[in-house]
Amino acid sequence: MLNMNALEINQLYKRYDNGFLAVKGIDLVVKQGDFFALLGANGAGKSTTIGIVASLVNKTSGSVKVYGHDLDTDPEGVKRCIGLVPQEFNFNQFENVFDIVVSQAGYYGIPRKKALERAEICLKQLELWDKRNEASRELSGGMKRRLMIARALVHEPKLLILDEPTAGVDIEIRRSMWQFFKKINAAGTTIILTTHYLEEAESLCKHIAIINKGNVIENMDMKGLLEKADEEVFVLSLERPVEPLPVIAGSRIEEVDETTWQVSVRKESGIHALFDELSRLGVRVTGIRNESNRLEQLFIKLLAKKESADV
Amino acid sequence: MFKTEYLIALQTITNKEVRRFLRIWVQTLLPSVITTTLYFLIFGTLIGSRIGQMKGYDYMDFIVPGLILMAVISNAYSNVVSSFYSAKFQHNIEEMLVAPMPGWIILMGYISGGVLRGLIVGVLVTIVSLFFTDLQIAHPIMMVVVFLLTGVLFSAAGFINAAYAKSFDDISIVPTFVLTPLIYLGGVFYSIDLLPIFWQNVSLLNPVLYMIDVFRFSVLGASDIPLEYGFSVIVIFITVLLAVSLRLLSKGIGIRN
Repeated sequence: MLNMNALEINQLYKRYDNGFLAVKGIDLVVKQGDFFALLGANGAGKSTTIGIVASLVNKTSGSVKVYGHDLDTDPEGVKRCIGLVPQEFNFNQFENVFDIVVSQAGYYGIPRKKALERAEICLKQLELWDKRNEASRELSGGMKRRLMIARALVHEPKLLILDEPTAGVDIEIRRSMWQFFKKINAAGTTIILTTHYLEEAESLCKHIAIINKGNVIENMDMKGLLEKADEEVFVLSLERPVEPLPVIAGSRIEEVDETTWQVSVRKESGIHALFDELSRLGVRVTGIRNESNRLEQLFIKLLAKKESADV
Repeated sequence: MFKTEYLIALQTITNKEVRRFLRIWVQTLLPSVITTTLYFLIFGTLIGSRIGQMKGYDYMDFIVPGLILMAVISNAYSNVVSSFYSAKFQHNIEEMLVAPMPGWIILMGYISGGVLRGLIVGVLVTIVSLFFTDLQIAHPIMMVVVFLLTGVLFSAAGFINAAYAKSFDDISIVPTFVLTPLIYLGGVFYSIDLLPIFWQNVSLLNPVLYMIDVFRFSVLGASDIPLEYGFSVIVIFITVLLAVSLRLLSKGIGIRN
């Protein structure tokens, strides 16, 4: 059971009634215990793929297996394994928080006594216990996101699917949600995450697939993918203005303001060569930070490469 | 196979539906009671006393069964159509679609909610009618059976309407332009014997006529149409509407993408 696949998708196609082909033969395998990122631009086919796996969208063809249960022959087995946190709020705005979670347990056939216990545990884990008697529409955006997570976890799923779980959530809550996801993943829950925050994918996920226009254009482990990034961008704060901008092999310097530079460093050159040269030129650096994460650059590059290949 | 898990899921949907209509009882239970009281007062007491007898019964006694069933029909229908469409509109239908229960459990849950609301309103209206007439129920068991069958039939109809609805307008069109005329022309206020032969025959195409007639028989012991016809129409309509509802659920028509 240890090396079991949590999700196997083979040649998945989805054509909507209006003729739009949203998913074009996707193949995907997610291992048990993985924290898997599914990235793609808006309309790339991520949510459609997730919708098919979670039985919210009818597939046109192809096969989906979740922990060995085939969606065509054993849909209930598939559903029992999955907890879904969708992108849009999809609970009854007039029901209170506790009833929403308890009812979800009931839909999964969990007896009432156990459902009450599990709902309490989940709401406490997501720090919503104090809000249990409030109507869900009264909650803040971050609380609503956490309510959907609590609801998805109440039947203790083996595979948790998070579709943009931190969209519109402030940084502090986002970080605490990351910690929570890491904790439940470490406890054995397989997680599939779609997100627009590439920093989120980079810091949480072990494997990654990039979907573009209904196709998987990259699928590998995060470390291997990040190694493909051939340059990193740093922002340097300088002690005093430097004129003119120096030319350093392997790096490209752009001035942000008098004492701030944005420097792109090619991976083979390395950051040491940059600092050696700056030191030789007498440039004193007082601060350094990453301008953007590597995954973002790589993501843009991969999409651009795909676009030019299509042309 | 009926698993324990299915039973728990069914109970959960039914409880949720009952909680919903009890929470907003002023919108769900009270209007029919008020409207029917006005019917009793105006058509029964004020106008009815001048009409005299209808099929050998006081006019008030004649209209009571039809008014009770009218309340059951409209409440069973509107409960399911509004609740299921709201669940679609707010996307909380997805809570049920991702859960491991078959479509027929979802359908049974919504129908149970519709039938229970119809039953509660029916009982309330029956109680109100006791203030206006000395109601003697001829066949109480048959009355309950017709209550339940009519509730199931119109709950299923409400489900189909909600599945196809794409806006809130779509869930009010059928009740306003189809259901209400069928009920009013279904013999609630008159016996079809009063109509010319041509309109009597046209009335026989109205399925609600059979339901009201069977229900009137269960209360008063008299009817316009043979009982077996009435029950056959009810059973045929239930079978067709349930089959259509289940097909919509299994194909996901109006429910899934």
